[in-house]
Amino acid sequence: MSDKQVSEMSFEEAMAELERVVNQLERGDVPLEDSIKLYERGAALNKRCEEKLKEAEEKVAAITLDGNGNPTGTTPVDGM
Amino acid sequence: MSDLIDDPIPGANAPEFTVSEISGAVKRTIESAFDRIRVRGEVGRVFRARSGHLYYDIKDDNNVLSCTTWKGQAARLSVLPEEGMEVIVTGKLTAFGAQSKYNMNVEEVVVAGEGALMAMLEKRKKALAAEGLFDEARKRPIPYLPEIIGVVTSPSGAVIRDILHRLRDRFPRKVLIWPVAVQGQNCAPEVANAIRGFNALTPGGALPRPDLIIVARGGGSIEDLWGFNEEIVARAVAASEIPLISAVGHETDTTLIDFVSDKRAPTPTAAAELAVPVRLELLSWVDQQGGRLTHALTQGVTRRAQRLRDLSRALPRPEQLLDPARQRLDFVSHRLAPALIGVTQKRRVHLSTLSGSLRPAALRRNVAEARQRQDRLKTRLTPEVITRDVSRKRTDLNRLSDRLMRAGTVNNDRLRARLETLNRMRNSLGYEETLKRGYAVVWDGDAVVTTAARAAEASDLQIQFADGKMSVGDGGAPVPPAPAAPKPAPKPKPKAKPKPKPDTPEQGSLF
Repeated sequence: MSDKQVSEMSFEEAMAELERVVNQLERGDVPLEDSIKLYERGAALNKRCEEKLKEAEEKVAAITLDGNGNPTGTTPVDGM
Repeated sequence: MSDLIDDPIPGANAPEFTVSEISGAVKRTIESAFDRIRVRGEVGRVFRARSGHLYYDIKDDNNVLSCTTWKGQAARLSVLPEEGMEVIVTGKLTAFGAQSKYNMNVEEVVVAGEGALMAMLEKRKKALAAEGLFDEARKRPIPYLPEIIGVVTSPSGAVIRDILHRLRDRFPRKVLIWPVAVQGQNCAPEVANAIRGFNALTPGGALPRPDLIIVARGGGSIEDLWGFNEEIVARAVAASEIPLISAVGHETDTTLIDFVSDKRAPTPTAAAELAVPVRLELLSWVDQQGGRLTHALTQGVTRRAQRLRDLSRALPRPEQLLDPARQRLDFVSHRLAPALIGVTQKRRVHLSTLSGSLRPAALRRNVAEARQRQDRLKTRLTPEVITRDVSRKRTDLNRLSDRLMRAGTVNNDRLRARLETLNRMRNSLGYEETLKRGYAVVWDGDAVVTTAARAAEASDLQIQFADGKMSVGDGGAPVPPAPAAPKPAPKPKPKAKPKPKPDTPEQGSLF
């Protein structure tokens, strides 16, 4: 079990860890105490993944540049 | 006369120029006649001065044209001249009076023909590959789910629309568009600047740094796409710390940027597909994992509960556990007392058996047996054995000494017989036997005389016959018969000659 906090995981890491936890739990050779801990961790990972998937916000902006090609800010882009 | 005839001296009437005047005139003539021209040739030596001005030659097989591009013009060139490149330069001719030279001021350089373009591209590709910019090991993995995607492309047009559409379909994300020219002379520097610019942003700043860059452009001619073949673009991509997907032109177009990028997408739409996974699939996957998770735990608990029930059913009553042990204790304790008695009795029997056999008779019998054995041995110990041996050996010795004696006698007899044989042979061969047949030996003292000359000189002449020696007196008496005497004498002499030698020891018979 990786020591990394679930809340710090990227979506991909959380996904891989969740898959591992589920597989381990399904093998059924985990002691009861550990299996409950595993389940809790799995549930947290599941939640993390869902959160990450809910963050599916679309925001498109174009960078504005000054005369020397340096970025100065952004302007929202709509209707594309 | 001479005044009348005008001998024209050629040129004598021509106006004189100063050097500056003629230089200026030439310059004006050249600049007006070749105001805007295009020249095709191969780029020779290129020199970029520290001032930023660019000096180079355009040449063909026989001639060379010096070219100059000023700093301000050089920035606007779509292609920087490189040695060996086949180009068409556009500009005007001018003269440089200070060195009596003319040259061309070039405003635009175009690569001549597609073949030449491709050749140049190949050369660049080879150079960058040699630097290791295309190595697989350099390529970084594309993040599975980037938070912010930076897109370097034209802000107007189908490309950015295609990318945004596909992103929206799969997984809506935050997108930062860095607008650039995607063709023409500004394309390469702007694209390179955009890639560097995205890398320069700080994560989580006012302008958030993207975790993936897409450089995209729609299809076009090779000249249109040329900006993406420029070295500055390739180097900016190689230097980018943010993973980068290139999607330039159609699937069949491969530009230099595609070799350096971490991933090449055949089209802008494909770039969007490479950038993000499909959200709905992931949602269903996560749901499924949640279900499996709960199911697995429930299953685990249920299975354990069942097992617990099964085991508790199989657990016997505690009193039943004790019964066999108690029974064994009873049984064993019942046997304890008899066992002790039994052991004592058995030992006693053993003791009595042993003590019964312990009697003096046994000892005596042993002694008697030993004595008997000793007697038997004693009778066998007699001198006869030795005596017999001695007499046998004596017999052997006698036999051997007999054989020795016999052998000695036989040998003696044989030797004696041989000696006699030899003696007889000697006697029969000796000169004394000859004497018996009437021969005589003449002696002078001990020496045998064999010649008359010796006999005449002899002092003590003697004649030996078979029965003894006779002295012959000195002188007269024997002289007359001397001729006769020597007659018989020479006869024995030759015979006597060999004989006296072995008979020398018989001298003793004289006395």
